[in-house]
Amino acid sequence: SLVQRDPMLKKRDDFEDILEERRNSSDLRYALRCYAPVVYKGLCPSKAGTLKSMVLQSDQLHYVIHQVCRETGRAVDDVQEEASSILEEMAHRLQLSTVRFFAFTLSKVFKTLFRSICVNEEGIQRLQQVIQEHPVVLLPSHRSYMDFLLMSYLLYTYDLALPVIAAGMDFMGMKFVGEMLRMSGAFFIRRSFGGDKLYWAVFSEYVKTMLKNGFAPVEFFLEGTRSRTSKSLTPKLGLLNIVMDPFFKGEVFDVSLVPVSISYERILEESLYARELLGVPKPKESTSGLIKARKVLSEDYGSIHVYFGQPVSVRSLAEGRVNRCQFNLIPRHIPKKPSEDIHSFVNDSAYRLVRAQEENMVLKPWVLLASLLLQNQVSGQKRGIALDELTEQAVWLRDLSRQYGAFLHWPEHTPPSEVVSSSLSLHRGLVRISEGRLLSQAVIILSCASYRNQALHVFLRPALLASAIHTEVFNSFSFLRNMFSNEFILCPGATVQDFEEACYLLVKTGALQVTQQEVLVTERGHRTLVFLTSMLDPFLQGYQVVCRFLCEEATEALTEKQFIPAVRKFIIKHLLAGRLRYTEVLSSDLQKNSLAALLRLGAVRKIKGYVGFDHPYVPGFKQQQSMTVILQLNEEKHPLETA
Amino acid sequence: MLYISTKYQIIRKDFPFYLGKTAHGGLWVQIKNLPGHLPKESPSHVFLQEIMKWNGWGYSDSRFLFNKKGQAEFTGKRYIIIGMIIPGLKDWFECTFGASLQHKTPATPLLNSSAVQPPTLNEAFVEELKSTGIPFSQDAEDRVFRAHGHCLHEIFALREGKFGRVPDMVVWPNCHNDVVKIVELASKHNVCLIPYGGGTSVSSALECPPEETRSIVSLDTSQMNRILWVDEKNLTAHVEAGIVGQDLERLLNESGYCTGHEPDSMEFSSLGGWVATRASGMKKNIYGNIEDLVVHIKMVTPQGVIEKSCQGPRMSTGPDIHHFIMGSEGTLGVVTEVTMKIRPMPEYQKYGSVVFPNFEQGVACLREVARQRCAPASIRLMDNEQFKFGHALKPQVSSIFTSFLDGLKKFYITKFKGFDPNRLCVATLLFEGDREKVLQHEKQVYDIAAKFGGLAAGEDNGQRGYMLTFVIAYLRDLGMDYYVIGESFETSVPWDRVLDICRNVKARIVRECKERGVQFPPLSTCRVTQTYDAGACVYFYFAFNYRGLSDPVHVYEQVEHAAREEILANGGSLSHHHGVGKLRKEWMRETVSNVGMGMLKSVKDYVDPNNIFGNRNLL
Repeated sequence: SLVQRDPMLKKRDDFEDILEERRNSSDLRYALRCYAPVVYKGLCPSKAGTLKSMVLQSDQLHYVIHQVCRETGRAVDDVQEEASSILEEMAHRLQLSTVRFFAFTLSKVFKTLFRSICVNEEGIQRLQQVIQEHPVVLLPSHRSYMDFLLMSYLLYTYDLALPVIAAGMDFMGMKFVGEMLRMSGAFFIRRSFGGDKLYWAVFSEYVKTMLKNGFAPVEFFLEGTRSRTSKSLTPKLGLLNIVMDPFFKGEVFDVSLVPVSISYERILEESLYARELLGVPKPKESTSGLIKARKVLSEDYGSIHVYFGQPVSVRSLAEGRVNRCQFNLIPRHIPKKPSEDIHSFVNDSAYRLVRAQEENMVLKPWVLLASLLLQNQVSGQKRGIALDELTEQAVWLRDLSRQYGAFLHWPEHTPPSEVVSSSLSLHRGLVRISEGRLLSQAVIILSCASYRNQALHVFLRPALLASAIHTEVFNSFSFLRNMFSNEFILCPGATVQDFEEACYLLVKTGALQVTQQEVLVTERGHRTLVFLTSMLDPFLQGYQVVCRFLCEEATEALTEKQFIPAVRKFIIKHLLAGRLRYTEVLSSDLQKNSLAALLRLGAVRKIKGYVGFDHPYVPGFKQQQSMTVILQLNEEKHPLETA
Repeated sequence: MLYISTKYQIIRKDFPFYLGKTAHGGLWVQIKNLPGHLPKESPSHVFLQEIMKWNGWGYSDSRFLFNKKGQAEFTGKRYIIIGMIIPGLKDWFECTFGASLQHKTPATPLLNSSAVQPPTLNEAFVEELKSTGIPFSQDAEDRVFRAHGHCLHEIFALREGKFGRVPDMVVWPNCHNDVVKIVELASKHNVCLIPYGGGTSVSSALECPPEETRSIVSLDTSQMNRILWVDEKNLTAHVEAGIVGQDLERLLNESGYCTGHEPDSMEFSSLGGWVATRASGMKKNIYGNIEDLVVHIKMVTPQGVIEKSCQGPRMSTGPDIHHFIMGSEGTLGVVTEVTMKIRPMPEYQKYGSVVFPNFEQGVACLREVARQRCAPASIRLMDNEQFKFGHALKPQVSSIFTSFLDGLKKFYITKFKGFDPNRLCVATLLFEGDREKVLQHEKQVYDIAAKFGGLAAGEDNGQRGYMLTFVIAYLRDLGMDYYVIGESFETSVPWDRVLDICRNVKARIVRECKERGVQFPPLSTCRVTQTYDAGACVYFYFAFNYRGLSDPVHVYEQVEHAAREEILANGGSLSHHHGVGKLRKEWMRETVSNVGMGMLKSVKDYVDPNNIFGNRNLL
């Protein structure tokens, strides 16, 4: 299992700062140095051109091309032509010279932006080992555009095989940059290609061919897109399915999945994300936009920590879970929808991998400060908090989070007050301003929330328990967990384990006493429990307000497009009237997730035929019920103050 | 043992022998004196146990050993390689396994009869059997000898002088009617019968079920070894099922015929055993597998005798009852007589070999040969490890000239043609037929090979490849003297899966060994031994040095188990020709489906409701 029983015992590697060497030696020499990475032992040496012809001549593509011809009546040549142009549009053109260009320029940029880029070198050594043994898939977390350049930069630095990276088509809009990225190993996939068989066939065959032949490690983002909230996103399964497929079908002995956790002390896109969540549209990726963004170069973004996790063998994961014999009776090149057991296996694996990313995310003191400041801000002391009080609380929270197994980077030999003030100074853009119009304040709050969110995975399970404690504990825990499963990474089917983990942590830290019959909060546990429930409260209120909105305002069916603006209007109204505590419920991410949860729980219904949502009052016992339950959650503590 | 001449040749130079018996029912071996190539001074009567090893493979006098200089030698007078020095074997052995000639694990030399459980006898059965005059024995050696096949765990236990449940007595029927009597008596007295042919099983099929409480009688068919008639008009021969392969071939050869059925075990395995396990012969491309060769089968079951009423070459009379018999592994009855197809002996035979730059190309070539349906009598593709193994078995060259030629060949292949010595692999070929056609056929195959980068590598290499097959079991005994244990197992698999299954199973073996604490990297190698229209038969060889392991056999079994799981997960079959026995029966249900199991079970329930044939194989 990836999760160890006692989080305190989790062993993690040490970090090395790679910028240190860059500051002391020539970037040019570094960019031009000899680059000779170790390669996969099963590598068939061939050129990039042969890769394309291998894909176009593959049995799978042949099959699908003929299938498309039969179904549409198009000529084979015509479809073949299309396949070839899809591949042309998609394929990377990795060139060492471009990589060297990036190695040079990124060295300059990184040194200006960041104080340090820290990497666990033991992880690099493990990766180097595993690259030779099996095809490797790199799975970095995704918080910033920077991620994939940074990954390639690191692999180049450590003389490791450069990955090919699945990138969204939107980059292609940035003409010159798009091509540069392509030459540094990116390949481009359309954001949606729903029923396009041919596109899917070209795409999956392209990825598999690279993987099976060991051309290069394949890199993609499990979360599919950058997380705007710093919470891990529900993993997407498409690509993971594709890279596991050669193992299921026996085409490779094993595939190694390497989760990589990239933590930024300050995210470049910080306020961009907050604005986006508040409904200010995301600027289209364009080269001119990138040039405008160069003003970020004058700022201090602290440090980056990159942790290469323990490689996960697909073979070991699948042991006893997947019956590979199911592929014995149909030729392997005929595309088949994954069976139930494969689907659930891929899904579970995806969650485990995202959890592995979460666990190795480095938390900076600021993350704890943001959590405290947000809670403080809500509890009414709008004027702020005294520095020494904040320090005291931070030290308390530091110890608590360590007990919960957080990967906290708190400078050991610095007095806490100094740690706090230096964190605050790095984020002075967020902590100074306390007045202003609601929206500009919300940007700051959402930015802070995104830092707090980095620590959520540490406190999530105990917080769910803490929020459930005053009622039937396990049932409430299980309901909350289920409700929030679109919001947080909660492995499917692991309710009991999560519950036990939460109990274990709270009992171990003395906050709870569990007897045969009941769960008791101890005297000194009170502070912890208040903190934990406060962590979860904004989310709870967010879900409640969405329910309230659906009950009160959405009298007719809504389209998906209408939903966010309408619910936002509703929330602003209530915020201005002082009826809502948490400004962060304005986050569109929260609103979307709650809608998805309500959909899943059957409280709202998607009407077939066109995109839209049914009226929540549509008869149905279950629908009414879950909505009512959500509205009543923690009512006694702070009921939604309705007029 | 195999040697080559340009014209018609004698294929084997072994002692042909057949088994006789004493008045007491003990077994004797008579060496038949055939004119021409047999030593006249052979003793006429020797105990079987003296001519065959009781705790290893094959003839007692034939074994590998390292002489005082540390060079490998093969002893005895039976095989062509006798007396030859094999200079490369020691280095190969030490390098491959990390073994050392200093660390020996000799076998218990003598069979200790007192360690054998006393027999559980069914007195009434014994009494009535006596009255029939059919010979039998309760002698410990006779019983131990028939209590095992040649699985690693079986031989390992024997070498340590350990015996589990063994048959309580051995009975030697002389003909079909004797078998009928024995089966009737066994049914009457509820005695468990286990048919025994050549004892070459590698599926734990001969192991006595430890839970069996009844008296177990080993029914040894070795005395039923006559060719009853030969029908030259229809080219068939009617043969008693106890005959062993080499005798059948030799006797038919005398009249200018052959069956062409040559499983690797043909020196010792019997016709009845082939039928009971669905055997396959090396030259099946010309002659077919056992199911293609049999025309008529007679089997004695507790319900009576089963046979067809005519010898028509094909029938549409419902499911073929032969297919209930073939592969029944001794669970339904005893095969007593078989009518087999025979062919005139081939006029000409020629070995050959092709070197490929890598295994992938080699497999592609075999696939193409199968596609064009032009496979020679035998075509086998060894992987790189096995090529090296074969190379290590090369006898000392007799002249500087040959060694010079060898050097030249090596130079040509590795330097001039750019083959990587650590990737190249070799296919061995055997052509058979009339001279003209063989030469034509040979050209066709070499032309195909050339398209896949294959280079003709001479007859010697081909011949040595086939020799490896016959001596490999002897080599296992040598390994067991020095902490090395191993075994081979096989599967059949569709063409598109061949490369994947080979790679994955070999890798799985290596990984499992590592995980189970084997201190040295194992030998994990494979070869493609048969081609079919829709797939191939693949053999895996696996051996490791077990120094430092407390229970090496258990480790071995776990690894083999994992390897079989891997085979099945990669689209391979449970067995191509070794059968299921008890070793592989846990996978039967998933192999043939629930309904399939039910079908087989209901046949068993009807034919043998009291489980007289209680070896518990298969189901």
